[in-house]
Amino acid sequence: MIPLSHVLLLSGILFSLAVAGIFINRKNVLLLLMCIELMLLSVNFNFIAFSHHLGDLAGQVFVFFILTVAAAESAIGLAILVVLFRERRSINVEDLDAMRG
Amino acid sequence: MNPASITRLDLVLAAPELFVLAATCVVLLVDLFLTERTRWLTFVLSLLTLAGASWLTTVTGFSERTVGWHGTYVADPLSSLLKIVAYGAVAVAFLYGHGYLQVRRILKGEYYVLGLFALLGIMVLVSANSLVTLYLGVELLALSLYALVAFNRESGIAAEAAIKYFVLGSIASGALLYGMSIIYGVTGSLELGVISNAALQMPAGQIGLLFGLAFIVVGVAFKFGAVPFHTWVPDVYHGAPTPVTLFLAAAPKLGSFALAFRLLAEGLGAVHATGWQDMITMVAVLSIIVGNVVAIAQTNIKRMLAYSTISHVGFILLGILAGTSQGYSAALYYTITYVIMSVGGFGMVILLSRKGFEADSLEDFKGLNARNPWFAAVMLMLMFSMAGVPPFVGFWAKLAVIQAVLNVGSLWLAIVAVALSVVGAYYYLRVVKLMYFDEPTDEAALQGGGGAMRIVLSLNGLAVLALGLYPGLLLELCARVIP
Repeated sequence: MIPLSHVLLLSGILFSLAVAGIFINRKNVLLLLMCIELMLLSVNFNFIAFSHHLGDLAGQVFVFFILTVAAAESAIGLAILVVLFRERRSINVEDLDAMRG
Repeated sequence: MNPASITRLDLVLAAPELFVLAATCVVLLVDLFLTERTRWLTFVLSLLTLAGASWLTTVTGFSERTVGWHGTYVADPLSSLLKIVAYGAVAVAFLYGHGYLQVRRILKGEYYVLGLFALLGIMVLVSANSLVTLYLGVELLALSLYALVAFNRESGIAAEAAIKYFVLGSIASGALLYGMSIIYGVTGSLELGVISNAALQMPAGQIGLLFGLAFIVVGVAFKFGAVPFHTWVPDVYHGAPTPVTLFLAAAPKLGSFALAFRLLAEGLGAVHATGWQDMITMVAVLSIIVGNVVAIAQTNIKRMLAYSTISHVGFILLGILAGTSQGYSAALYYTITYVIMSVGGFGMVILLSRKGFEADSLEDFKGLNARNPWFAAVMLMLMFSMAGVPPFVGFWAKLAVIQAVLNVGSLWLAIVAVALSVVGAYYYLRVVKLMYFDEPTDEAALQGGGGAMRIVLSLNGLAVLALGLYPGLLLELCARVIP
């Protein structure tokens, strides 16, 4: 039996990796999409661990919703990426500077 | 009772949502068979959808808090009010955007379909009573908005704005979800009422609860566009086609308010004083300062209004952080008046633009009084209202929020809010100065909208004045719907 804290630690590490990946990566927008996916999956880890620990099914049901939404999210992200690539001929993060905020 | 059963009450509870969902699918299908010349039908059908939804919301309106769908869904006076305002904001956005999109040959059914799906997201968010429903509402709203921002496929800056919005918005959802998962683990339930009770039982400063709360506050602040999570706001407002900017400046703010209210006040009200009050205070003060100061440096009116939005969000959060019924109703009042003012402001930008010309620079407002005195007056009313000059409605909104903050004993917050409002008045009044005291550089007649849009925009401007002259009605309504 794996203790709850181990799973939470793992999901915490995955979440931090995802956030770090988003902020450190200056190269490719596709990597950002992967990091976002990793972020959601680490949350799923959390929900399943808690759900198992509490003996409550609701958390696992939530995971199904998150998975579905994550799929829709990547679809929209990739669609926007295609539009961006057609306009710019590049998906480099550093080229996203037409507007200065 | 069979746990999978759906009762009649459930269906009545979610009737407006079910109707909007079905009608949006019909609009989507009908639009496939339309050509560019017959596309007005999509527009009319969308408006009919909104009319039908408001009728349903009114007739099924619950005067008591009623929970259905096994505790995941709630209908109360607050949800009815927010939904009806959202229908209005979306209808006005559709109406203002119609001519603009037509002239530029980007009048696609997507604008309406995505707009209606975003509205559905807001409705789900407003009526959510569990973390799952909240999350689904947030995502339905956000995903529709990402696609809306990018929907002009010829525009490079729209695509750039969309990808920035998408990435930052997804981080926000991720943070929100992570916080939700921790809260679920600590309290053992996804239902807001149960979470609230469990949080009350816990000792003050329970570390798990605070840990989850921090992520939730980050997520909420991101969705609101509050400093320091505001970086997407100016770029998205600037890059998106103006009707989309108008859309996303208005109705989604109602959703953000509902998210904050349901999650922080109803779910985690127990950790108000020992938890989120300080976090929100910081975010609110920074938003008011950064929004008002940076707006001064802007030359693009869409960017200027974006920073003005950030400062208004700061005021809304001021009401929320008070944590009292008075504070929440002041924040609700502020949100509604902000929606009315911002649709008007972006409506004016649409009115001034024409084929091949975007009136998105402040310079384009020069000498508007000489070109069209009436719409210059409408813009004047909107700008005065945003600045918080009496007797316009923006003044009462600011006053209500500041009173709420004073009543919980935060004098310094009230002083910061008032001082920064004065700073903010500078850039609103600059627009007025450009309109009335500068020579026009552009003599062309206004042609950015049809007759219907002009009438509604005029009413929009007058509403700001009328609600300011008779503030009692809406204020009372807002006080009544907050329990």
